[in-house]
Amino acid sequence: MPPRGARPVAKPKNAKGTLNRLMGYLKPHKGRLILVAACILVSTLVSTTGTYLLKEVVNSFLEPLLQQKEAEGAAFAADFAPFIRFLVLMMLMYVAGALSTLVYNRAMMMVSTSTLNRIRKEMFTHMEDLPIRYFDQHTHGEIMSRYTNDTDTLREFLSQSFPQAISSLFSILFSLFYMIRLNVWLTLLVIALMPVMLFATGQIGKHSGKNFAAQQKAVGALNGYIEETIEGQRVVQVFCHEEKAKEDFDGKNEAVRVAGTRANTFASMLGPIMNNLGHCNYVITALVGAVLIVKGYTDVGVLVSFLAFTRQFSQPISNVAQQFNVIMLALAGSERIFELMDEPVEKDEGYVTLVNARRDDQGRITESRERTGLWAWKHPHQADGTVTYTELKGDVVFEDVTFGYVPEKTVLHNISLYAKPGQKIAFVGSTGAGKTTITNLINRFYDIQGGKIRYDGINIEKIKKDDLRHSLAMVLQDTHLFTGTVRDNIRYGKLDASEEEIQRAASIANADFFIRHLPQGYDTMITGDGSNLSQGQRQLLAIARAAVADPPVLILDEATSSIDTRTEALIEKGMDGLMKGRTVFVIAHRLSTVRNSQAIMVLENGRIIERGDHESLIAQQGKYYQLYTGMFELS
Amino acid sequence: MKLTRLFKYAGEYKRELILCPVVMIGEVAMETTIPLMIAKLINEAIPHSRETGEISQVLLYGGLMILMALLSMSFGMMGSWLSSKGAMGFAKNLRKALFEKVQRFSFKNIDRFSTASLVTRLTTDVNQVQNTVMMLVRGAVRSPIMFAMAMVMAMNLQKELTVVLLVAVPLLAIGIAVIMKLAFPRFQVMMKKYDALNASVQENLIAIRVVKAFVRASYEKEKFNASADDVTATQRAAEKVVLWNGPLMQILMNGCVVAVLWLGGQRIVGGSMMFGDLTAFITYIMQILMSLMMLSFLFISFVLSRASVGRILEVIDEQPDIESPKEAAREVRDGSIVFDHVDFSYQGDENNLVLTDINLSIRSGETIGVIGGTGSAKTTLVSLIPRLYDVTRGRLLVGGKNVKEYDIHALRDQVAMVLQKNVLFSGTIRENLRWGDANATDEEITAACKAAAADEFIRSFPDGYDTDLGQGGVNVSGGQKQRLCIARALLKKPRIMILDDATSAVDTATDARIRDALHTAMPDTTKIIIAQRITSVMDADRILVLDEGRVMDFGTHEELMQRSEIYREVYTSQQKGVA
Repeated sequence: MPPRGARPVAKPKNAKGTLNRLMGYLKPHKGRLILVAACILVSTLVSTTGTYLLKEVVNSFLEPLLQQKEAEGAAFAADFAPFIRFLVLMMLMYVAGALSTLVYNRAMMMVSTSTLNRIRKEMFTHMEDLPIRYFDQHTHGEIMSRYTNDTDTLREFLSQSFPQAISSLFSILFSLFYMIRLNVWLTLLVIALMPVMLFATGQIGKHSGKNFAAQQKAVGALNGYIEETIEGQRVVQVFCHEEKAKEDFDGKNEAVRVAGTRANTFASMLGPIMNNLGHCNYVITALVGAVLIVKGYTDVGVLVSFLAFTRQFSQPISNVAQQFNVIMLALAGSERIFELMDEPVEKDEGYVTLVNARRDDQGRITESRERTGLWAWKHPHQADGTVTYTELKGDVVFEDVTFGYVPEKTVLHNISLYAKPGQKIAFVGSTGAGKTTITNLINRFYDIQGGKIRYDGINIEKIKKDDLRHSLAMVLQDTHLFTGTVRDNIRYGKLDASEEEIQRAASIANADFFIRHLPQGYDTMITGDGSNLSQGQRQLLAIARAAVADPPVLILDEATSSIDTRTEALIEKGMDGLMKGRTVFVIAHRLSTVRNSQAIMVLENGRIIERGDHESLIAQQGKYYQLYTGMFELS
Repeated sequence: MKLTRLFKYAGEYKRELILCPVVMIGEVAMETTIPLMIAKLINEAIPHSRETGEISQVLLYGGLMILMALLSMSFGMMGSWLSSKGAMGFAKNLRKALFEKVQRFSFKNIDRFSTASLVTRLTTDVNQVQNTVMMLVRGAVRSPIMFAMAMVMAMNLQKELTVVLLVAVPLLAIGIAVIMKLAFPRFQVMMKKYDALNASVQENLIAIRVVKAFVRASYEKEKFNASADDVTATQRAAEKVVLWNGPLMQILMNGCVVAVLWLGGQRIVGGSMMFGDLTAFITYIMQILMSLMMLSFLFISFVLSRASVGRILEVIDEQPDIESPKEAAREVRDGSIVFDHVDFSYQGDENNLVLTDINLSIRSGETIGVIGGTGSAKTTLVSLIPRLYDVTRGRLLVGGKNVKEYDIHALRDQVAMVLQKNVLFSGTIRENLRWGDANATDEEITAACKAAAADEFIRSFPDGYDTDLGQGGVNVSGGQKQRLCIARALLKKPRIMILDDATSAVDTATDARIRDALHTAMPDTTKIIIAQRITSVMDADRILVLDEGRVMDFGTHEELMQRSEIYREVYTSQQKGVA
């Protein structure tokens, strides 16, 4: 970490607004903050008074004793009792000062940790509610840095810069007060010398800020290169690219050295420069003081005490200058944090909810408090205040659906399709045809621009998003597992799943067998996105996770693409059982997995160009036929 | 000490790293003399001017002091420059050494470290060491010298007063030691919790679709909140200890001041000490205690860097296990491949073989298909051909020569491999393709892309071949990426071309077109195609059926249909329902 006061000056866009908002977070800690301010006041008062008392020691005790000694000669016997009393008082004062430092350090620590805790939680809570679109538009690194860099600078600001700024301010005020009491003219002199110090700090700060920004950039470029090259190290070797890589690396490495040397040189110069400018100030004050003594305007005791103050006075000033950068940096970081918190969350105007239901004697559906296994959509009608119940079956209809990730570019055109409960619908087509996009619309990861999607006859925009998603399970293209045990990961599909339910789901997905062969079986820890499992095993777990959720609608997005054919056959067998009575949307490159679907949609450029079952599509001899028979053309 | 082992990387920056402490001694000499000047100023010059009415002595000592301040400033600035230049240069050399080492790593070496950990070692760890070195050259000599010089000065000034230090210094040392001992494990716990917190955010970012699809936002929030509370609790536990540092220093400092005032005051009255000595002595106490504090910081930073140094040394000590022999063969005669009783194990453990007794003879120009279930070691088998791994037992001949006799680069130039987990690099499409052949003409590039069925989609981009791919090739889809990787390999015009499941994300028709193009474009090249889809391999000259690291069968499609049960099983499972 570069020294304080020397980091890149990242200016917040709206410093005042951000500061106000940040202060809002400190409001609940008002009591503690008042205590902090009070203790800082005591602590700085003690240290400045201590310096002032040096004069008292000299003028009120030592000088009189010396004079007495001169007057009395050999008969002199010093009475130190008042001096001792004074020193004891002084020590007590110092103890009070140290105690108040301890108290404000501790109070400030509590304030800063609980504020950070709250900000972290609020940020995460908000992030979880953001629409998928937000995650499409921001890189993980960009979002992560708000949790790491930005909160770190904020922590530094709250726990160090904030109390230090207050303490510096008090120090300056108290020192000024005592200095004026000691000698007005010398005070004016010291104030007159200040601009030199401020100018020096400002100049160095500006230079080192610029250089640190340059260093940051060079380091970013180098680290990016290292990351990319090492991640692709196998390719580098297969293509014998090592020499070229070294060459590119050397250039970037040297750039970091040059920029880093410059930035760090400037930053660490600040200390010796400020310190020695302080010495020069001291000498100048001493010279002028000596002249004043000669002219009889002041005495030695005053000057000695005053000289001590010139040092105590210059320190907080350079301190404030150095804190300024940290404060700016923290504000810029807070601004980014608030920016994330201000992102609009996923909108949900749905009012149709999913409830447990049972059938009464007449076969009507009514709401039930217990889990019955029967689910229904509870649909309150605003017009007449009545409530109707519709059984959850998994009937999905697309009516003339149009969609684009950005309004200007439509990627799905006039998609119409229906899936009756228990039917398997397959999407086929080349990469980028829009297969994944369609499935992302069913669970409302994105909202459509035109047309309607109905679920059991209800427009999905009327259904509460959470309830809609509860009624669907997804197995995605990239399997993502979470840190935790195998059991935890399967349970993700249904948090209150019993042990039997978990094992049944695992058996359905054909995962039970391999899980039992893991060192700790269901208790095996999965770390780092499941990297200790094979790709196939991870997908089996993802399928088990969907199986345990037991929803009426399943979405399988190329879930079987990296499992070998034999394993896939095993999974398919299990899936058949799982799919019974469920509506299934499946996307797969391998046509063998979609052959037994009730309906196959062939997509191209966001349109359905062919539809039908396998036989009828083959008979049609269109695109599907081409795709399907492409495999035989070469033989 | 481990850090000393890294000192040879100082290289051409050794001068700066040695000179810096020397300059620091100069700075300390000035800094410890200045209080003496102040004392002279107060003791002699100012009273002298009061008595005589002239300020010549003030000018003299003041001038001396300014001179010293200027010297001290120059030394300080020089030290800043030397330490920055030295530490940065050292870090540069260290990074270079690490990077070049990694470039020499074999696949086996890379397997041993994970990619992420190698990156951390080259970035975060080097950074940590660099900062420690910077602190050390500045402080490791400066602080003890400061301590010693201030001590000598203080003794010179008033020997009897140093008794104060005899009490204060051990007290501070004990205080710091206790605080560090208590705080250290607590900080380690905190760092762990903090890492876990960040990992959980990262996980949520990666798997946000899963979280949303299963409506687990509130579950994740609860988990995160618990984790955040953990961080806060452990952070408080650690900081509670550390915040005693400030008050401890304060109380000792001021205790010393009072003690010096008491003892000094008596001596002043007794006539054996002067007022100015009081301030000077207090300054020396401050310098002594501060340098002790600095030493403790240095110690912490040194201890913290030990883990980083260890991780760096692991990379440096790792021996690349595949290197070109002396007097290596540079020419690969043809694309023939012979596996002669080849056994292979990743750990070199003969009881845990991944490949067992492989015997194959492949003629130059043949097209070989490889199929087998996951874990049947298809990728492992082909990785041996460009000598990405060494066989554990037996021999592997390429172009009639044992692969171990070739210069590695010469061999790999002739064996192009499209990996299963393939990557593109930031830069334009054209730049990425040139990896295959740095001097390829535009016509050659277009031809290779046409063969890999990539030309069409490349031209559909607004910038065509000059489209920027972004880091890791993020701007193209999976299928497009695979086709670019094939084109890149084609440009090498190799004698042997290996496609390891290289078209899994490409649709069947395009897959067939690519295979067709390969066939016509490089008739003399031996082609080895690993695939899950049986249609991708059934038109090969011969097909190898692997199961659990053993060759189950090797023959044409028709032969295998007749005699291989596994092959038939895979075939029917993929073909069932064909009208």
